[in-house]
Amino acid sequence: MKCRVKDRLTGLAFLSPSILGVFLFFVLPFGVFIWYSLIDSPMNRSFVFLENYKALLQNGSFLLAAGNTAVFSAVAVPLAVVLSLLLALLLESGIPGKSVFRVIFLSPVVVPIASVVLIWQVIFHYQGALNSILVRVGLIRIDWLRSSCNYLVAVVLFLWKNLGYNMVLFAAALGNIPKELLEAASIDGAGPFYRFFRIKLRFLSPTVLFVTILSLINSFKVFREVWLLAGDYPLEGMYLLQHFINNTFGRLEYDKLSSAAVIMSLAMMAVIGILFLAEDRFGKDVEN
Amino acid sequence: MNCPDRNRRIAILWLYAATAVLCAAAFIAPTVLTVANSLMKQSELDANYGVLYSSGKIAARNVNLKFIPDTVTFSQYGTVLLKSPDYLFKFWNSVILVVPIVVFQLAVALLASYGFARWRGRLREFLFFAYIVLMLMPYQVTLVPNYLVSDWLGILKTRWAVWLPAIASPFGVFLLTKYMRRIPASYREAAQLDGAGSWQIFRYIYVPLCKSILYSVGILLFLDYWNMVEQPLILLKDAMKYPLSVYLASINAQELGIAFAAAVIYMIPSGLLFLYGEDYLVQGITYSGGIKA
Repeated sequence: MKCRVKDRLTGLAFLSPSILGVFLFFVLPFGVFIWYSLIDSPMNRSFVFLENYKALLQNGSFLLAAGNTAVFSAVAVPLAVVLSLLLALLLESGIPGKSVFRVIFLSPVVVPIASVVLIWQVIFHYQGALNSILVRVGLIRIDWLRSSCNYLVAVVLFLWKNLGYNMVLFAAALGNIPKELLEAASIDGAGPFYRFFRIKLRFLSPTVLFVTILSLINSFKVFREVWLLAGDYPLEGMYLLQHFINNTFGRLEYDKLSSAAVIMSLAMMAVIGILFLAEDRFGKDVEN
Repeated sequence: MNCPDRNRRIAILWLYAATAVLCAAAFIAPTVLTVANSLMKQSELDANYGVLYSSGKIAARNVNLKFIPDTVTFSQYGTVLLKSPDYLFKFWNSVILVVPIVVFQLAVALLASYGFARWRGRLREFLFFAYIVLMLMPYQVTLVPNYLVSDWLGILKTRWAVWLPAIASPFGVFLLTKYMRRIPASYREAAQLDGAGSWQIFRYIYVPLCKSILYSVGILLFLDYWNMVEQPLILLKDAMKYPLSVYLASINAQELGIAFAAAVIYMIPSGLLFLYGEDYLVQGITYSGGIKA
């Protein structure tokens, strides 16, 4: 009996550095944040319950930032999932030079965003490379970076950076689909579309779930590209949640910061929960 | 004998290959262009891109995008490496920020995942689940709490404010635990019969078996933190300590050539890791897939 207790304590000892760090830097401050979001201010600790949330939900820049971020994710995430799946199918389609293509598709994952941001500027500038091509083929020039088109630019940069990672995930999952099943289906006369939608996609569904969640998280990171291209105050259309947080930091408005963080984490958990439930329904019969 | 069928198949394969080549060109072009530009003379860059930095819009002129420099010169690199200490200093800042994060997150994560993988129980399952939830939270949620604690501890605006939260971050624990849980219990039991203690089992069985996944996680962590912008921006607030990834954003026209050279130098560490560790990287990505497994 004494031995078991000692064994348990050793186990805890291995966990303790990590748990300590996680508790100190994530759990504890988050708890404090929930509290902060319910009180007037850290100085004047009167309990205001949901007043901060109400104020935040009426705050123009928060609504703008949240709306922009949500729209961006809603456009970019499905594109990232579908395109990277197509890329993986392309890679696994038996084309020659597969390993070379894999390296090239994966290379943006490795290249720091800051290193290529100059090139993006050159390409998307009003007098940049893309516009000179557009003009040459007889189209009008578009101010990519300083009009509502900067949305499109952000989506392109996001896809460029993230497709390779997702593609590797899909390629691995495609390799795990039992070959006999696909062959049997072929012999029974199933066409490529039937095989894809009825067999492959069902086996891929856990990966689709994961790639969706991953892309969702990464879509919040597009702030980097936008910040490097446009600075602290971009055009209205690209004012993201991270801009709001950065700028609120400057003024240390804890009521706004804390309620924003709580709302975001709740929204994130809700979305992830829904995705899990959806995958549960769709992919249940093929797992194990 | 089904010749038309075979021809059709070959045609489709050609179509696929052509698509792949087009995609590959789009994926590689920005990187290649950056490297090409870093080898151009400042005068050539001015001729090509000067229009971007001149005030006012001269509609007639355009940027000239070239993949091959007129004359190849390494003078920009010389300037970065020898004459402009700023860039080198910021590069060093990046190294100082990233390397300790990778090393110590791996160390902490190794210990913790052994704790998660060897002893199982309801409390641990719950804790591990909490780690996953935390891992899935975007920076926008976790940065603010990090800021708060750094403020309490009085480490705000020092490198500790970036190091410590990153070292405690749960990604490494997640991947390593998943890997360690696949190590058969019989290995451990055999060692226990021979009288090995928990530490010895960890040190001589678990760690050596995790070698390849450690490389994988290390590469993934390095790539992630080498790229970081948000954390230093918020937690350091001191331009002297900014890594090159943040500094590269503040470039002006006169320095374009140097900036390209600095950008390429900034790619080199992650590029080398990729070149030598592509298989580990792919393994790491593959392993990160599937939260449920």
